This record gives sequence, structure tokens and C-alpha cells, in this order.
Amino acid sequence: MNRGTWLLGRLAQIVPSFLFIGVAVFVLARLLPGDPVSAMLGDHATDATLARLTAQLGLDRSIPVQLMQFLGGVLRGELGDSIAYRIPVARLIAERLPATVLLTLLSVAIALALAVPLAFVAALNANRWPDLLIRFVFQIGLSTPIFYVGLLLLTVLAAWAHLFPVGGYGDGWRAHLWHLFLPALTLALSFAAVLMRSLRGAVLDVINAEFVDFARSKGLRARVLLGRHVLRSAMIATVTLVGLHVGSLLGGAVITESVFAVPGVGRLMVESIFARDYPVIQALTLVLAVFVSLALLATDIVQMWLDPRVGR
Amino acid sequence: MRAWLPLGTGLLILTAFLVMAVIPESIAPYDPLGFDFAALLAEPSAEHIFGTDQFGRDILSRTIAASRIDLQIALFAMLGPLLIGSVIGLLVGWFGGWADALFGRLADIVVTFPFLVLVIAIVAVLGPGLINMYIAVSCVGWVVYARLMRGEVRIQAQADYVAAARVLGYSTARILLRHVLPNAVRPVLVYAVTDMALAILTGSSLGYLGLGAQPPTAEWGVLIADGRNFFTTAPWISLAPGVAIVLAGLGFSLTGDGLQALLDVKR
Amino acid sequence: MSLVVRDLRVVFNTRSGPVWAVDGVDLEVAPGSVLGLVGESGSGKSVTLRAIARLLHGHAKVSGAVSWQGEDVLAMPPDRLRRLRGAEIGIVFQEPMAALNPVLSIGQQIDESLVAHTVLDTKSRRARALELLDLVGISAGATRLGQYPHEFSGGMRQRAMIAIALASAPKLLLADEPTTALDVTIQDQILRLLLRLKDELGMALVLVTHDLGVVAQTCERVSVMYAGRVCETGKVSEVFAHPRHAYTQALLRAMPGEQIGAKLVPIPGQAPRLDAPSPGCAFQPRCTAREPICATQRPSFTELATRRFACHAGARL
Repeated sequence: MNRGTWLLGRLAQIVPSFLFIGVAVFVLARLLPGDPVSAMLGDHATDATLARLTAQLGLDRSIPVQLMQFLGGVLRGELGDSIAYRIPVARLIAERLPATVLLTLLSVAIALALAVPLAFVAALNANRWPDLLIRFVFQIGLSTPIFYVGLLLLTVLAAWAHLFPVGGYGDGWRAHLWHLFLPALTLALSFAAVLMRSLRGAVLDVINAEFVDFARSKGLRARVLLGRHVLRSAMIATVTLVGLHVGSLLGGAVITESVFAVPGVGRLMVESIFARDYPVIQALTLVLAVFVSLALLATDIVQMWLDPRVGR
Repeated sequence: MRAWLPLGTGLLILTAFLVMAVIPESIAPYDPLGFDFAALLAEPSAEHIFGTDQFGRDILSRTIAASRIDLQIALFAMLGPLLIGSVIGLLVGWFGGWADALFGRLADIVVTFPFLVLVIAIVAVLGPGLINMYIAVSCVGWVVYARLMRGEVRIQAQADYVAAARVLGYSTARILLRHVLPNAVRPVLVYAVTDMALAILTGSSLGYLGLGAQPPTAEWGVLIADGRNFFTTAPWISLAPGVAIVLAGLGFSLTGDGLQALLDVKR
Repeated sequence: MSLVVRDLRVVFNTRSGPVWAVDGVDLEVAPGSVLGLVGESGSGKSVTLRAIARLLHGHAKVSGAVSWQGEDVLAMPPDRLRRLRGAEIGIVFQEPMAALNPVLSIGQQIDESLVAHTVLDTKSRRARALELLDLVGISAGATRLGQYPHEFSGGMRQRAMIAIALASAPKLLLADEPTTALDVTIQDQILRLLLRLKDELGMALVLVTHDLGVVAQTCERVSVMYAGRVCETGKVSEVFAHPRHAYTQALLRAMPGEQIGAKLVPIPGQAPRLDAPSPGCAFQPRCTAREPICATQRPSFTELATRRFACHAGARL
């Protein structure tokens, strides 16, 4: 088997997993207590309008047919219309998705920039005071709710110091980055706290690995040792960890968007829940599930690129 | 020594909160529900250590009073997943077979998913509120406990004393309940303690979003949300409840770490 | 003498207190010779090798004297040490799967040693790498250079590790149980390879092993270790024929001999405690030839022609 074959196989795995997600979301939505049609029509429901909307949505057909309709619609990009916004859900999501993607990517970048060097410092000084201090600080970080960190940053850096805007998104790339800095920092701090313990362990394993001793015994320069031997293996471990904790990242994104009023998909989820906007809730669950699958795929691919053992 | 320091500190913190939860009236300087129109949005001072809110209620007192709800959340949001997960994990781990394989796949998928998003999605279906939150957390959280329990049961199933019990002709139920379970459950219980810290985070996050404890119930997340509108004019309103969350979370996770270190030594 | 070790001691600071892993070791290795370092697990042989190459981690305190061609190794500045390692002293570990970096190709791992110690250009380095693979008996060198450790079989991996260690033509190779993790048939091949390389390259070899058979097969001289101390040193043929330390004698007696049906005589007692070194002889609690003085006075070395032994009862064994 070579890496090309492995990659194709990995991509092919996506298809059944997407199918499974689609069916799962469909089932979940059908488990809703109460009648979604009445919920959509609200107080203006009469028997006639109920019957008409039911037929229009195809909810009078049998379940398997409904499933087919749903899946077909998903593939065509037709996810229904939002009750609250009265526009197609697909368009709504397309408008909101970029903000969330940008926020998540920024957060991962900041989190790694923070966590990786600190993990090295902690591992290289294992059980001495720098290590204990770092572990203690991150332990506190783990116990601190994201929305609290967000509020603190918002209060101090935005409201008082006026260094950053108080939430929102802005227009244009520069404005986006400036508006997203605080939320990305908030999410990054939380994500870094989640990663830190395992990351420190992974770096410790690498530093104490026998192959590092053997490399040292060859008389290599410290720079080469660190860069080629230690860092490479540590990166592989880091990528694996990020993939493992993607779920935590997305959950944090939902909250962060709410705190900073970022017009992303996470805040849309919360709004839709309050508004009982079922089509949006359903579609968003689907989108988030797909997001997680893709994120895992991305980490697998990066790992394949870094680690020659994968796929051979 | 490695175990006693975190364990002692954690238990100390937890005892303090327990006292606050049980007899808030004796600890809180003011009546948490008491409006004081003479001191609206008062800054932190000697009279009001953490200030007052827009109704003149003392923030510190409200925070102390809210410990009851948050400790309850820590307990119940952990209990549901613990009980359901342990039972399923016990059965799946012991009997194995196709159920085990199916569970394995399911667990892999659920665990990778954003826990909070799933909980929120279920709360979306059921409607906001504490009870619904417990249900939602139980629906999603049992998987981690089941996986833990399954792992431990598999280990115990290989042990000699189990083979001995079988040879003696004990019934499966007896072996499971009186022999395997007591040994397998210990690490699961230790994890449960640390999980209570997560439960508080989940509960307060949902409270903040308005999906968990509903006003007028005082819960730390709800209290922080109350202060959100005033964060430019009166930022202290959100301060104390947040500190409470951090301390309570530390209390549980330190205790969990201490218990873990204690367990490892015994093993 | 190329390598001279005098009174080497290594103390590890562990959570449960200090552990004396090496408690006074003397060794000499002549150029081009093969010294076997034999002892049971925990006798301190691997730690000795690592201490010589200064590969131990921070929590180990090393004292004593290690001199390589007259230079003090333990006091060497980092730059000199770096040039010593690889180019003058090479080391081969026991488990190649752990010792080889899994994400670098074998070619890369050979190349970096050449880059560190030679001024060859890329083409010459590649030619040298192919030479090395050929030298250790790995065929299809060109393909193998681009492959990764997990693509090699166990014996091949060990050969590859030897090739990497020899890349910069060291004059001394420290081999830490190089065949213990391998099949018996492969063991034989690797040992023969090491001996052939020693002759072809004029290299000295220190072979650490717990297997007396390996020592008999490959070494000229042997040092027997117990509880971090050297018991006796001498020519292999002489030591095996007439051991002068009670431990060596017990070891030899415990080995299966040529007589089928002959009884094996095991060594009674427990393994020594390295956290509480005894004031007298370390082997005394288990020794069948012990005298009262053995418990209280640590035996000093007695020299007898090419033999050196530290046993109060040695003369009468």
C-alpha cells in the first residue's frame, strides 16, 4: 500500500460517515416533541394552513420517503428556509460560516503558539519550578469558563483600554482580524489549557526517547538534535492531540461567538434554539458534524505528511 | 505527599463551598434577595466587598447563595452519566461480542464531537431548564463513563479471582456485582470527581446562555450573564460568580488529582 | 591504551533516594581489542557505557575518571565532546526500533552523522552511505537508503544502526547488548559482523552482554560486573578456565555445559540492592565461598599476570 492509496481510502471513509451523520440528524429532528409545523405557524395555525404546510414540507409522506427527500435536499444544498430570517437556510449558513472558520483557525494558531513553547519549557524543567508554575496556571485555566475569560478580556482590553473593538466582525480582512483577535485569544487560552497536559506529556516522551540519545551519541549539534529529531516528533504528537480535541474547540467557539457577538455559525445555533428555528437547528447540526469530520480528515492528512509510518 | 497536597487543598475548598451551600444565611453578609435602593450599582467597598447590582443586591451574598444550585448541578450532571454509563459499560465490557464492537464505534464518534454543542442541541429539542439540561448531559455524557467502565471490566475479567469465582460456580450476576464491580468502579469514581468540575463549567455555560438554570434561580453562570449588560459601567457584577466557578472547579479537580495519586500508589 | 576508566561511579537521584548504579568500575580497552562486559540485569553494565559516552540525563551524578587516548572525557568541553562522539567513539544500543528515529529515513540518519563529522559533499556522502550499507551486509543499498526503520526487519535494523554508528569511522565502538533483542540465528550473524568490522576498520570494541556464550565466542578480554562493581577482569580463556572471583565461578557453574543431564547449580539468594551498597563485598550474601572478612571489608584488586580480581577468596578458588 502506498500513501496515495491510503489517502484515497481515507477520503472514501468520509462518504459513509457523512451518510451516517445525515441519517442521525434526520432521526434526531423527527424525535422532536410536538409538531414542527404548528411550531412554525405559531398562533396563526388553522386546520387548513396546517394541512397545506404539512403537504408542502412533505411531512405527510412515509418516513423512508422523507429520509430520501431530506438526503436529496442536503446534496442539492436545499436545507429549507429559516423561520426567523425567512431566507434559505443554506444561504444563511453560507453567510455565517466564514466568521466561524476564521475564528477557529486563528484560535488554533494562537493556542499552538502559546502551548507548544510552554510545553517544552515545562518538559525540559520537569518537576522544577517552571514546570510546576506552568501546570498550575493551566490548571486554573481549565477550571475557568470560556465566557468568563471572554468577558474579562472584553472588559479590560476593549471597554477600558479601547485597544480592541467590543465584539462584532467589521468589514474587510483587516477589520475582521482586528475584531476577531479578542475572541480568538479567548478561545485559544481555553484550547491551550485543554491541550497542555497531554502536550507536556508528549514532549516529555520525545525528549526522553532513546532515539534522541542515539542521535546525541552521534555527536550532532544541539540545533540539529532539537530541530530535526525532537521538534518533528513533537509536532506529530501535537497534530494528533489537536484532532482529538477538535470537539472541545467547536464547543468553545459557540460560547465565544455569543460573548463577543461574532456573526458566526455558533451564535446562530444559540439564537435558533431560542427562536425554535428548527430548520436552522437541523441544518447547523449537520454542518457542525461535517465540520468535525473534515477537521479530523485535515489532521489525518497533516499527520500523513509529517509521519512516514502512516500509510506505508 | 504527592497525593495529600492536592487532596487536602481540594477538600478544603469543597468544604467551604458545601458550608456556603447548606447555610448561606450564616455566611452571606446580606440577604441575597434584598433590594437596596440606596446602593444601586455600588462599587466594591468595605460594605459590599464585591459591589452591588442594579437592584442594590450584594453580589457576594448572591454568589454565596448560588453555590447551592451550582453544587447541585455538579452532583446531578455527573450522576446521570455515571449511573447510565457504568451500567452499560459493565454489561458491554463483560459480555463483549457485537454489542461491544457497536459500542466502540459509537463511542469513538460521540467522544470526538463537541460535547457542549450536542448538549445544547438536545436542550434545543427539550427546551431550556435545569432538568432538561440534566437529561441532555446524561444523553451525551454516559459514553465517557461507559468507556472507562468497559476498560476496567475487561481488565478485571482477566484476573485470577474471577476465574476462581467461575470455577466455584458463582452466577454471573453474583460475580459481576460482588466481585468485578467493586474493583472496576474505583477509577471510574475518581474520574467522576474531576468530572464534577466539568459539570460546573457546562452548567454555568448553559446558565450564561440562558439555556440552563432559569432566572430568578441564582446560578453562577446566570449571575455572570446578569452582569453582561453592565460590563462597561459596573464590571464587578460578573466578577465574584466567575471567581466562585474557578475556585469550585479547582476544588473538584484538585481533589480528583489527589485521589488519583492515592489510587496509583495502592495499585 | 585507548580507553581507561578508573573508579567510575554513577548515582541516580530517584524519588525514593539515591541509587548507586555504578559503584567503582575500572576498565581498560586496548586499540583494536574486544572487551566483553558481562553481568546480570542491574549490574550496571549499560549505565557504565552511557556514562563513558556522557549520555546519562541530568539526575545522574557521574564521578571518577574516564580517559580516551589520554584526554579526560568527563571534563571535556561540549564542543570537544561533540566531536568525540560519532567520530572517535560510537555507540550501538540494544533495541534498534527505539534507537532509530522513526520519522527519518536510514539515509538521512547516516547522512547527518557524515555532515557533522566530515567535509564530504552530497555526492560523496551518498557514496559513503552506500559503502556503509554494503559493509554491514545490507543489500539493495540504494533503495534502502530512502526507507524508514519500520520497513526493515529486526536483524536489518540492527545492521542499519551499526552502519549509522560507524558512519564517521570511530576508533571505539561501545555495543550495548546489540544482539539481545534478536533471534538466535541473527545474533550469530551480527556478532560475526561486528568482529569482521573490528578487523577491517581496526576498531576497538566493548561488548556488553549478559550471555557468557557470546563472550566466549567474540571477546579477547572480559570484565565481570556485579552490583555496579567489577569483580574480575582478564583474558577470556583464562577467566573461564579458572575464575578468581566467587561470582564468576558461580556464573560459570550455573551455565549449561556440555554434559547432558548434568545438574545446573543456581546462584542462591536475591538480587543486590543498589540503594544500599554494602560496605564489604557486594556478592557476599549469596557467596558459597565467603569468609567473615567479606561482610565488612570491600575487597581491593589483586593483580595476577593479566588478571585482576577483587575477591577475598580469589586466591584459593
